[in-house]
Amino acid sequence: MDDLVIAGEKFSSRLIMGTGGAPSLEVLDQALVASGTGLTTVAMRRLDPAARGSVLDVLRRRDIKVLPNTAGCFTAGDAVLTARLAREALGTDWVKLEVIADERTLLPDPIETFDAAERLVADGFTVLPYIGDDPALARRLEQAGCAAVMPLGAPIGSGLGIRNPHSIELIVEAAGVPVILDAGIGTASDAALAMELGCDAVLLATAVTRAQRPDLMAAAMKGAVEAGRLARQAGRIPRRRYAEASSPVGP
Amino acid sequence: MKVTINGSAREVPHGTTVAQAVRTLTSATTGVAVAVNDEVVTRGTWETTALSDSDRVEVLTAVQGG
Repeated sequence: MDDLVIAGEKFSSRLIMGTGGAPSLEVLDQALVASGTGLTTVAMRRLDPAARGSVLDVLRRRDIKVLPNTAGCFTAGDAVLTARLAREALGTDWVKLEVIADERTLLPDPIETFDAAERLVADGFTVLPYIGDDPALARRLEQAGCAAVMPLGAPIGSGLGIRNPHSIELIVEAAGVPVILDAGIGTASDAALAMELGCDAVLLATAVTRAQRPDLMAAAMKGAVEAGRLARQAGRIPRRRYAEASSPVGP
Repeated sequence: MKVTINGSAREVPHGTTVAQAVRTLTSATTGVAVAVNDEVVTRGTWETTALSDSDRVEVLTAVQGG
């Protein structure tokens, strides 16, 4: 499969993993290995002196690039501070910008997200914003200097798949930066569809970490992303209303 | 003087530095970042940055998420 390139950096896998929801670091480790991912998100939280082991150790051991997110932030100001703390703690200027509007839907707040994106780009960050499936906002964020756009398929953790494939296609058509389908993936066919629609990568966590067999689902997602990418490049046949014989007709 | 470290009120001596505040939670110096009153304090200045009364110190690290 061809490489994914974000801000000039190459990744051999087009599957980006999250780490939320795994029952243990051991299960997470097995799932990450099975997924083949080269880029994985973490969240920033208050240090717990009682915590044993760190997700950072897992990523370091597996040579997976860390992508800090700003999960839990409701305002641009919170997100900018969290990104700066992540840069200080992790030594990366990459950030998955996530500014949510409310706890019930966890849908991204477009106004705060755009405000934070502008400030972080100006501060030298490589910004990957999580957004709704909004082609106009995706375009504006690209113009503002974001390194990728990450439209949702469905609300975080919902497993509802891609609710509006048409909007995702519109975002892909217009984008000059990678489009990463983020949130809503429930199973392998959802990830394959994202790639068939033309997305450059898929980001998922819950679908794997809360599956009954996380390592098996991670392997399924790896295969699905690769299959979807190949199908996109191959060019699917047009949909037809009636049959078209594939064997010669007549005697 | 009174400061808040990760949401907990603490009584600390005058002149307590950011580095000393961090050491009350962890001996780690990598993978950790500090904000005092919502401003990042870079690691190189932890030893030389003294806290003031009522300061809010946040010590963060990466956890599973996203």
